[in-house]
Amino acid sequence: MEPMSCTVLVLGGGPGGYVCAIRAGQLGLDTVLVESGQLGGTCLNVGCIPSKALIHAANQFELAKQMAAGTMIGISVSEPKCDFAATMAWKDGIVTRLRSGVYGLLRRAKVKLVTGNGSFRDGKTCVVESDTGLQVIAAEHVVIATGSSAVPLASLPFGGPVVSSSEALSLQAVPARLVVIGGGYIGLELGIAYRKLGAEVTIVEGTGRLLPQYDADLTRPIVSRLRNLGITVHLDAKTLGLDPSGTSLKVELGDGNSMRVPADKFLVAVGRRPRLDGFGLEELDLTLSGHAIEVDDHCRTSMRQVWAIGDVTGEPMLEHRAVAQGEMVAELIAGNKRAFDKVAIPAVCFTDPEIVSAGLSPNEARSSGRQVIIGTCPFIANGRAMSIEAGEGFVRVVGRADNHVVLGIQAVGQGVSELSAGFALALEMGTRLEDIAATIHVHPTLSECLREAALAALGHALHV
Amino acid sequence: MAERMIKLPDVGEGVAEVEIVELRVKTGDPVREGDVLAAVMTDKATVEIPSPADGRVLWIGPQVGQKAAVGSEFIKLDTGGSIESVRTMPKDPTGSNDRQRPTPISPPERIAPDEDVDVSVAREPARLSSHGVNRPAPGKPADRPIAAPAVRAYARDQGVDLRFVPGSGPASRILREDVDTYIANGGRAQHAAPGRTANTAVEEIKIVGLRRKIAQRLQDTKRRVPHFSYIEEVDVTDLEALRVDVNSTKKAGRPHLTVLPFLMRALVMALHDFPRMNARFDDTTDTLYRHGGMHIGIAIQTVNGLLVGVVRHAETRTIWECANEVQRLSDAARAGMVTREDLGGSTITITSLGARGGLASTPVINAPEIAIIGVNKIAIRPVWRGAVFEPRKIMNLSSSFDHRIVDGWDAAEFIQRLRSFLEAPAKIFMET
Repeated sequence: MEPMSCTVLVLGGGPGGYVCAIRAGQLGLDTVLVESGQLGGTCLNVGCIPSKALIHAANQFELAKQMAAGTMIGISVSEPKCDFAATMAWKDGIVTRLRSGVYGLLRRAKVKLVTGNGSFRDGKTCVVESDTGLQVIAAEHVVIATGSSAVPLASLPFGGPVVSSSEALSLQAVPARLVVIGGGYIGLELGIAYRKLGAEVTIVEGTGRLLPQYDADLTRPIVSRLRNLGITVHLDAKTLGLDPSGTSLKVELGDGNSMRVPADKFLVAVGRRPRLDGFGLEELDLTLSGHAIEVDDHCRTSMRQVWAIGDVTGEPMLEHRAVAQGEMVAELIAGNKRAFDKVAIPAVCFTDPEIVSAGLSPNEARSSGRQVIIGTCPFIANGRAMSIEAGEGFVRVVGRADNHVVLGIQAVGQGVSELSAGFALALEMGTRLEDIAATIHVHPTLSECLREAALAALGHALHV
Repeated sequence: MAERMIKLPDVGEGVAEVEIVELRVKTGDPVREGDVLAAVMTDKATVEIPSPADGRVLWIGPQVGQKAAVGSEFIKLDTGGSIESVRTMPKDPTGSNDRQRPTPISPPERIAPDEDVDVSVAREPARLSSHGVNRPAPGKPADRPIAAPAVRAYARDQGVDLRFVPGSGPASRILREDVDTYIANGGRAQHAAPGRTANTAVEEIKIVGLRRKIAQRLQDTKRRVPHFSYIEEVDVTDLEALRVDVNSTKKAGRPHLTVLPFLMRALVMALHDFPRMNARFDDTTDTLYRHGGMHIGIAIQTVNGLLVGVVRHAETRTIWECANEVQRLSDAARAGMVTREDLGGSTITITSLGARGGLASTPVINAPEIAIIGVNKIAIRPVWRGAVFEPRKIMNLSSSFDHRIVDGWDAAEFIQRLRSFLEAPAKIFMET
């Protein structure tokens, strides 16, 4: 095949890669996007989007079951049923619709899409094994956006009943019994969803805590909700592997005793790691930082005009970070002055209830040597929260004691993910507690708790 | 054992080389993440290099005084040692060593066994310690400048490093205007010491009444009259001796004499010889009015501003009468009781700030007069008197003239005559 040449070659069509390609195209750069599978990456195909669809379906089903059981709000329905195949088809429809949107956006930005497995020959050349043969592409700039993959457990390799989060989002039926190995956000989100859809769920976590990246105040409502949903949790539990029949998991508990947990599916969700294999990275010999490609605040790697964005550059592996990096790299290649100077990369945990964390937690702020003041407003004090049966949880604001600049905002509660934009905006704008306190927050909404928490930090809460 | 090479970080746009001005650690020292390892100097600022990790110093490249390229190997840390051993190092007995402050520390860098050597450039933002930028306490990660994303993007487009820009917003938030001000100042921050904020208050004061009158008159005079100033020193030792003697022996009821009445009398004598100086110039009709009567204007400071009282016909007054009249005018002016007769029509003016008179001044002519005599302070100075230095009382006269009428030569002659009277005060009282 005739070799191609371009200004920008993006390897990987996930959110980081396709946004980088779109922006580069918009800026008039001759851009090629190489993707071996489906556009949209982990997020769109086997991550954020399908999991949120599944979680929504599970929540609706749970709600209907509660109503059937007779709830406080005076609505009753007959026993609901879940046609799981139809649920999955609905979920797939969302994914397909979004994916075709990405194709349209790339076309409009005049990005050339090359489908096939791309591999670097050197820092300027990529060879793509496409259906029609080998395509050599020479590029001035190369953007590595190969993403991440689920970390396997040596004692519990993927295959058969052992699945990763990707397969867990495409099951044929709701398993009667599901064991989730890993008490991080992916394991909890899926575990809770399948419990609501009817599975018996057991969570096996190797450390002493669930969601260890969040403080105990934030995770407490989730722990109690797990108990309330009837999910079994084993902490400090070591996974030893499946028994020979493949129907139960051998687990060594913290007290030294071991037990067997029988199940139909075993979801391994112990983390994700940058995808460094299979695209000729060894030809580039880039500097790594741990198991990720090392980049600076311009997403430059150790090689000139070779850039890396998204999960392949390490934690935090979040779609919105990859998108921001991808956009920035396109601007930089076009000659604009940019840097990754975000104050906060907020993270949301779509558990029940949800957790949002933006900026520094109280402990992180303290350990940076600062004097901090903290204000909290529980949702139980919020009219809107009560009226939607969401009185659990709180909003918490962390500010500097000396000048009241907001360092972090966290929340746990039903639907708090939608508050995250306000949290991030406050942090990026360098807001002081007084700014939040002096901003009208609409009544009756959950967001009122942010203002109330700021007031509480300033020592004059009105409603708490 | 895991090692980590710290390279000299890029401390600012376009800086390729830095000079090591201070090393805070030596080989073998334990360090914690965020501790200051060294200070380096660029042509812009001195920048502190914090440690990117906990560990122990294994090797130091460039020494104090040496220059090194940005990105070159600087300090090698052993990051594999037990952090506990670092943390429990005996505290500095003086308790003054900030570097061993038992602050909470971040968890140690996780280093996988297969990654023995982790080479990375220190990523922490370099800390600035000069040019008026707030300096964070040692061992504490530098705070990022507080600015909205759009302001950050604007600064980056303008090539401005926000760490150097003082913020005028709440909590020193940097506004777009602050970036503009910084650029307008040629990329220099106005100095603001740590913990102080610039007072940007502007009070609007309407200039009315006497002050407006003064402003208009001075503006008009300075615009229309080409001034030149002539400064000469006068030895007033003898005059001062005479003045002290007269004051101590004067009859009761007579006023205390300052230098001013002596100067007025000397001026009268000098003007006899230089009648052109005692004049008013109407430049609209190109006419100089030379007055016979010597109406000496005396500049009087009041709370509302400057007034010029007029001692009329000084040629007819004794030194005592001059003193009395000056006293009466200044009392009246300060009490706000002056009449129009006291103010207009002077033909030459004396301005004196007394002890605050300074070394020299450039007085503005009280137009339409053509000369003004400024009196500076009296100071004892060594003066060469033929064989020895003697302590003499010296007073400068700083005078301005309307150059349209008065040539430099004439002005100099006039002031020299005045000086001759003041230096031999007996001549003031001789009839010519």
